[in-house]
Amino acid sequence: MNYFILTLFDIILVLTMLWLAWYLLNTEDIFKAVVLFISFGLLMALAWVRMRAPDVALAEAALGAGLTGPLFLSALRRMNRTRKGERRLDSDENRGKDPKTGPKQE
Amino acid sequence: MITTLLYSMTGLLLFAMGFFTLIVHSHPLRKILAVNVMSTGVFLILVATAYKPLGMGQIDPVPHAMVLTGIVVSVSVTALALLLACRVQETSNLDLPGRKKQGRIPEESGQ
Amino acid sequence: MKTEEKILRQAQNRNKRLDAFQRLLLFLIICLITALGTIIWIIPDDTPGLADAVVSMQEHSGVESSVTAVLLNFRGYDTLLEVMVLLLAVIGAWSLAKAPFPRQVTNTSPVQMGVVRLLVPLMFLVAAYLVWQGSHLAGGAFQGGAILGAAGVLLLVTDLPCLRAIPAQLLRIGLVLGPLLFVGVALFCLFFTGNLLGYPEETAGWLILLIEIACAISIGLTLSSLFAGGHPEYERPQSNNPTESSGNGEKP
Repeated sequence: MNYFILTLFDIILVLTMLWLAWYLLNTEDIFKAVVLFISFGLLMALAWVRMRAPDVALAEAALGAGLTGPLFLSALRRMNRTRKGERRLDSDENRGKDPKTGPKQE
Repeated sequence: MITTLLYSMTGLLLFAMGFFTLIVHSHPLRKILAVNVMSTGVFLILVATAYKPLGMGQIDPVPHAMVLTGIVVSVSVTALALLLACRVQETSNLDLPGRKKQGRIPEESGQ
Repeated sequence: MKTEEKILRQAQNRNKRLDAFQRLLLFLIICLITALGTIIWIIPDDTPGLADAVVSMQEHSGVESSVTAVLLNFRGYDTLLEVMVLLLAVIGAWSLAKAPFPRQVTNTSPVQMGVVRLLVPLMFLVAAYLVWQGSHLAGGAFQGGAILGAAGVLLLVTDLPCLRAIPAQLLRIGLVLGPLLFVGVALFCLFFTGNLLGYPEETAGWLILLIEIACAISIGLTLSSLFAGGHPEYERPQSNNPTESSGNGEKP
């Protein structure tokens, strides 16, 4: 019974991680990708605990949530600030920040 | 052992997805995200091969230590890569060669 | 509008034209994954690993936590080089750009200030606890340093001049404190026991704790300077006094 629950947990965790990774790597919106990456890091911390590696889990939780996410977000802001007038499919134009290009998307 | 295999294969798939994205997509932030996902996959394989279920003996701490240093190094390398990407964008007048393929709309056509 | 849509469609078509390349890439990656997966599949379950070796030497390492023992005693050389990598990352970041600090503290909301006031001391406390705990449980210099770095990020996000409030000399000393102390201890061990990082057994615990404290401070400062995204004071070759000139008189 115990074993069954653990295996179920494993499968759900693994599927969630894979789906999150797939989604964050393929979504158009970079901002969304970064936010998904932060949650992906927290799920990874869960996986480290499951692998009986609490040291790694602590480091991953602190670094993944506290540092990697802010790093990406600030880099994204910096990039958008430098290229404000331009429009990229890959960037965050879907968020409607740029009034010129917002309504034309679909 | 089924758990080790499950997590190792997950790590492998993460590595593959990250690798594919790294080559196919052209936005620098996306590439850095992809490298991070790849490194996570490698760490997952390393830790999963060291895993033993509760009561089956001591877990090998050497991969854990390696992954721990690896995580910290990957964060600092990510920071440096992001800074480099920002600087490339700030200092270049031209577009990066790869970005055209991603379908960036040139500004001149709009105005 | 029409032209933009046309260009958009052309771009998408161009993306589609890449498909042959993408399919080839996908094929190659699947080959790679199959090969690697087979290798993982055929690893025997009962490979001994290094667990027994670590357990047998644990009592000589000076700490009770096996991961800390591996990190700072058995494979201390790795960790030494890793701390150096962190230092190199900061040097690289500093040589690239000037940190985009705001000129002064801009309208920080009281809620934000309250959160910072509550959280940052707590984070320092947790970091200190993690470093201390590292000798017998999960925790250690990296986790503590990561939390210190996160506290620095919180301060930087709030636009508080935390990194600039530190005098420039002190910041540099803090950044190299961990690596320098690590190298110093390594050389000390080389002279007294004949091995690089071969701690004398009775003082091993104290030496490891010392290294861990210094490394945690350095890692915290390193990570927050990396988040600041550049050199704290870049354009001041003329001034002799680093703290006063860089405080709030920065002009682009």
